[in-house]
Amino acid sequence: MRLIDRLPRLGRRRFLRGGAGALPAAALLAGGVAVSATRVWGEDAKALKPGSAVTLVRVARDIYPHDRIPDIFYARAVLMLDAAAVSDNTLRDLLEEGVMRLDADARDRFQSPYLEVAGESDRVALLEAISAGAFFKKVHGALTVSFYNQHELWPRFGYEGSSAEYGGYLHRGFDDIDWLPKS
Amino acid sequence: MAKFDHDDDSLAVIIGSGAGGGTLGNELAQKGIKTVILEAGPRFEIADFVNDEWPSFAQLAWTDMRTTSGTWQIAHDFPNLPAWIVKAVGGTSIHWAGASLRFRDWEFKTRTVYGHVPGANLLDWPISLAELEPYYAKAEFKMGTTGTNGIPRLPGNNNFKVMAAGAARLGYKEVHTGNMSINSQPRDGRGSCQQIGFCFQGCKSGAKWSTLYTEIPKGEATGNLEVREKSMVLRIEHNDAGKVNAVVYIDADGNMRRQKARVVCVACNSLESPRLLLNSASSKFPDGLANSSGQVGRNYMRHTTASVYAAFDRPVHMYRGTTMAGIIRDEGRNDPTRGFVGGYEMETISLGLPFLAAFLKPGGWGRSFTSGVDDFSNMAGMWIIGEDMPQETNRVTLDPVAKDKFGLPVASVHFDDHPNDIAMREHGFRQGEAVYEAVGATRTFRVPPYPSTHNLGTNRMSEKPRDGVVNKFGQSHDIPNLFISDGSQFTTGAGVNPTLTIVTLAIRQADSIAGMMGKNEI
Ligand SMILES: Cc1cc2nc3c(=O)[nH]c(=O)nc-3n(C[C@H](O)[C@H](O)[C@H](O)COP(=O)(O)OP(=O)(O)OC[C@H]3O[C@@H](n4cnc5c(N)ncnc54)[C@H](O)[C@@H]3O)c2cc1C
Ligand code: SF4
Repeated sequence: MRLIDRLPRLGRRRFLRGGAGALPAAALLAGGVAVSATRVWGEDAKALKPGSAVTLVRVARDIYPHDRIPDIFYARAVLMLDAAAVSDNTLRDLLEEGVMRLDADARDRFQSPYLEVAGESDRVALLEAISAGAFFKKVHGALTVSFYNQHELWPRFGYEGSSAEYGGYLHRGFDDIDWLPKS
Repeated sequence: MAKFDHDDDSLAVIIGSGAGGGTLGNELAQKGIKTVILEAGPRFEIADFVNDEWPSFAQLAWTDMRTTSGTWQIAHDFPNLPAWIVKAVGGTSIHWAGASLRFRDWEFKTRTVYGHVPGANLLDWPISLAELEPYYAKAEFKMGTTGTNGIPRLPGNNNFKVMAAGAARLGYKEVHTGNMSINSQPRDGRGSCQQIGFCFQGCKSGAKWSTLYTEIPKGEATGNLEVREKSMVLRIEHNDAGKVNAVVYIDADGNMRRQKARVVCVACNSLESPRLLLNSASSKFPDGLANSSGQVGRNYMRHTTASVYAAFDRPVHMYRGTTMAGIIRDEGRNDPTRGFVGGYEMETISLGLPFLAAFLKPGGWGRSFTSGVDDFSNMAGMWIIGEDMPQETNRVTLDPVAKDKFGLPVASVHFDDHPNDIAMREHGFRQGEAVYEAVGATRTFRVPPYPSTHNLGTNRMSEKPRDGVVNKFGQSHDIPNLFISDGSQFTTGAGVNPTLTIVTLAIRQADSIAGMMGKNEI
């Protein structure tokens, strides 16, 4: 079978620059170093407070945890939501108030803001408690599209995307499965 | 290309350019009848299509407001998107996957064969398979359906091979790559399938039949057909004698227009067609046009659907190649010992990563969800599509509150699953899982219905005027020069994909209209 390279074919630098449209400048400066970078995503937010954006990146990963996907993809999805909030005050308030409420819940139950609640299952419990509310629904709904719709993410899931320009799969493995048991 | 006058009252006016309307337009034009098609959506060409699920959806889908109610899961998962249909020249024949199956003999007489099913509003069609057979043959020839007219079937892709291997182990017998209106070899000026795999997003090779680049240009070439894009019809008007004589629409420049007509044919798909008749209510027809029976908008059917996806320890890449070229037909029979009447088909289906994430478990999140998405490249998938029961209370009405941008009430869709639908879906889930488990699936996913791709029954055909909206020619019982030309005329839905039958009925209707016009009956 023709398998696909799950890590981006492009070098790391081109990979980062390739997505420059959606990519926060600060991330480029930080060289995409994931750990310290989580702090900087926040500063690229245009509508949200930096701290709220950083918390939302954590929320995004807790909603759609894929351990092989680096933070930058979650950050891009959150920054798209942030961009929509620039001209939409209702959305901005929904997000800011949602983060505030989440932090308050986290302090009540775990004595620290959401971002610093160490256990994933504890954070998930906090999300579950608000999952019927407008804030969670909005963030979840937006992520469903904006997170999974990032083309650079697709190879990591083994998805090849647009195929017409390569002549389809007629000569590229539409029927190349080789492991099925003989009947 | 023809250009007709707004005051020309000799025209046949067709509303909607999809499978039904686009076919009818060409057929009438070929017979020398001057025809205008008014289409709400814009006109794209093959080069405009994109192999990218969300951008394609934004380009093609009908996203104008609709509302929902009822116990069906769609009302919960997609409250403002009850149906997945196209708003563009070519209609949903751009999105469709190409599966083209004839009804079986008994599927035209389900009231007789199934007997009384509590809660179901079953009725026999006023036509038989025998009467339709010559027209089915014409439709298959026109559409280049594989497995008919000596046209070879498509080659099976990986997704099909997984399903077929499982089916063989279960002892299923009728398993192949389907009857697909997709060229397996060059035909009718179009090339053969390149296994691109984005059949739902508009076929970029033109191998798949769509009225956009088959019927419509052929009709236009006669000089008898004019297609007006971005022309949303608001209402149909009638004269004092109760015959329709004009339609009012908003043209591409946003101006309100009135097009006179000798005959009006409604082909807006099963949500908009009844909406248009209801929005056309007048003092003479206070309940809407063609609605003396009260059946306009009722008996809405959407097929009993569901999907089964399965993950394996090794790759499948289900998205490579034709989306729906694969079928198991053995469950299509009517065998009430299974706990339900009617039958269903299992057909291969695949989604790209973006749509899989949206549909695998609508509203899902957390690790149980994402571990499923992580299996994407190792997944196979099938769609279950079976006959659902018509129910009078499953219906399209005018929303009492929500209005479109022209101020007209939008379609509100109420649907409750019938117990027969639920039993059939459960059976389909079990059989689908068994197919994949037979070849080593490590995990299976029961995926609930997508927004309705098959929308049927809301202006149904009946022998007697009191039971339905149109007669056996799709001609309304109440208004002789008003026709219904889409899937809303289906009396019952059968256990197969509907479009071949929609096209078949349109070809037949063109003969009837030409005959009636020739005899000055309309
Ligand atoms: C993803 C997908 C896959 C499918 N696969 C298959 C398959 O494999 N096999 C099969 O048999 N079927 C399939 N179908 C279903 C098939 O597409 C439909 O059955 C068929 O297109 C219906 O034809 P129609 O003429 O009734 O309506 P449509 O093709 O939907 O056309 C209706 C047209 O009317 C226009 N319109 C609506 N209201 C107005 C108005 N007021 N004024 C002007 N224009 C208006 C719409 O914009 C639209 O273009 C599929 C559908 C989808 C979405
Ligand atoms: S797989 Fe075939 S039919 Fe489907 S889009 Fe590609 S070329 Fe067209």
